[in-house]
Amino acid sequence: MVSASPSNPAAPRGRTLLLDGITQRYGGSVAVNDVTLDIRGGELVALLGPSGCGKTTLLRIIAGFLAQTKGHVIVGGETVDGLPPNRRSVGIVFQNYALFPHMTVAENVAYGLDARGADRATQRSEAQRMLDLVKLGHLGDRYPRQLSGGQQQRVALARALAVNPSILLLDEPFAALDKNLRLDMQIEVKRIQRLSGITTILVTHDQEEALSMADRVAVLSQGRLEQFSPPTEIYDAPDSLFVNTFVGSANLLGGVLVDADRSGGKVRLDAGGLIGTRAPKGDLRPGSRVTVCLRPEHLRVDPGAEGVETLNGVVEMGLPLGATVVHEIRVGDGTAVKVSEARIDRTLLLAPGTPVRLAPIAPGLASVFAAA
Amino acid sequence: MAATLRNVTTYDLRLAAPLALGFVVFFITPLVILLALSFQADPQGTHYGLTQYVNFLGDRFSLGVLGSTLWLGVKVTLLTLLLGYPVAWLHQRAPSWAKGIIMLLVLLPLLTSVVVRTFAWVVILGRQGIVNAALASLGLIDTPLKLLYTDTGVVMALAQVQMPLMVLPLITALGRIDPNLADASSVLGAGHWRTFRKVTLPLSLPGIIAGCLLTYAAAITAFITQSLIGGGQMLFMPMYIYQQASTLQNWPFAAAISIVFLVAVLVVVSIFNVLGRLSRGYTNA
Repeated sequence: MVSASPSNPAAPRGRTLLLDGITQRYGGSVAVNDVTLDIRGGELVALLGPSGCGKTTLLRIIAGFLAQTKGHVIVGGETVDGLPPNRRSVGIVFQNYALFPHMTVAENVAYGLDARGADRATQRSEAQRMLDLVKLGHLGDRYPRQLSGGQQQRVALARALAVNPSILLLDEPFAALDKNLRLDMQIEVKRIQRLSGITTILVTHDQEEALSMADRVAVLSQGRLEQFSPPTEIYDAPDSLFVNTFVGSANLLGGVLVDADRSGGKVRLDAGGLIGTRAPKGDLRPGSRVTVCLRPEHLRVDPGAEGVETLNGVVEMGLPLGATVVHEIRVGDGTAVKVSEARIDRTLLLAPGTPVRLAPIAPGLASVFAAA
Repeated sequence: MAATLRNVTTYDLRLAAPLALGFVVFFITPLVILLALSFQADPQGTHYGLTQYVNFLGDRFSLGVLGSTLWLGVKVTLLTLLLGYPVAWLHQRAPSWAKGIIMLLVLLPLLTSVVVRTFAWVVILGRQGIVNAALASLGLIDTPLKLLYTDTGVVMALAQVQMPLMVLPLITALGRIDPNLADASSVLGAGHWRTFRKVTLPLSLPGIIAGCLLTYAAAITAFITQSLIGGGQMLFMPMYIYQQASTLQNWPFAAAISIVFLVAVLVVVSIFNVLGRLSRGYTNA
């Protein structure tokens, strides 16, 4: 069982999970296309992508609800392909929690222990211990319908962890919670995951959730793995145009690559100006049409900016968002560019129609991809 | 605000008035007349008393007919449940094209008259019927089995005739169960049988109870099937009432046994209702 406590800093290491070339076909369509993920023991990995990207299919394959068309699922070095769900040692927290409505909270948590043949006394004490872990020790006799959404989710988590699974799967677990409660539960789940050291897969379409909770994020699009990296890398160094636009927001500017090597590139923008970028991804040579992605917070409005990296534009709108201010600026080729700046200067908000100059806050922040 | 609400309510009541009128004229009134009739001490209606009820309850033969009718309902209901549950479960698990076919097969009996369906059973169960012919040609039996005009025959025929009443509520109940619950159960280590026993079956209880209630009520009052398959040797309450009223012209006694039958059925229905309410109480999440 989960034996770690806050006083025990050496949390047990979870088991590794290797998804080796998983492909899933439904008739003619490919839901998951040759996805390989090597997940370390105790790691929390988020599967992030829009609906229909194959993340839920992957989850169902790991759980054993679905047999993959190709590839292998390997848990702690052992292939589990062909094993039914009840012999896979995974725990799932479903989006709707799927608590058994005709059983009490304690009975729900003890269900897995009962199925594994634990005696009544063990069932009771373990269920109580798991409920204490999720801070619901006093609600064991209630029925699920008598609990709030957050409490139901804690019960679902306790039920999944009670059988000490090798892998914990979380299927959009926070989607049904309101915003304030969601953050509390995210912290809570992360705390329990750290404590138990269990290898965890979080399926989500919410990028903030993925970036804030996961040790590494796997971004999926149309069944393909786009990138598998730590959150900061996903955000700062996206591997593809999809990742760059799906995670965070990005201004897309057309241009021509004029110079590129491993350390970086230079792009002549259609909107005017020559901009320094990260090293281009893929097979791009000088002269290629490219798309440059600039995050709104990587730009600043600077009347005094000079040099080749600057862009001329006209303010379309200014939005004061409390701590930041966002300006939408129409640049030379007609593209609307968003610029987000910290609101340190009270006079910063610019009136529509004001001609301005834009410059990157630092060189080489922009990403560059083959033109879409 | 209150005035608007009141308006809405009165409007609703007026809409229900035609049905309510029909209900009073064609159901409540005959029932009251029936009740009054049952207290007549003799067929001529010269004086009133509890004579008819005393006659019925003191008569072993009459009580036997009531008992065998109620028991017939139990047997038919159990058989229908046993055969119908797998069909409903299959419907739940089947792909959508197969769902349509299963539903059609379940509803098909309702599209033909009970008389036709029952005569089909006469053909199947008869001495020269399909069952006996098949068994004989396979060399399994020398003399035809007696299937028609037996208790077993009546139970089988009634179970088939009433099957939709069982299967439809079961399909509804099973359809309401969150499919994630079975997945959750199996991930927690339960095999198919345990999942069925601990999750699916308890959560389908409202459907089981509704189905049993409908089947039971229909089975014990199924005049046509009971009479045609049961033949002359077997007597159940509907036929007993019919004989007393039509053949013997003993209207007060017919009315009294009708009331007794009605009360007996109401008791059974109330038990089912209580069970139903209990099961709903804990299945609604």
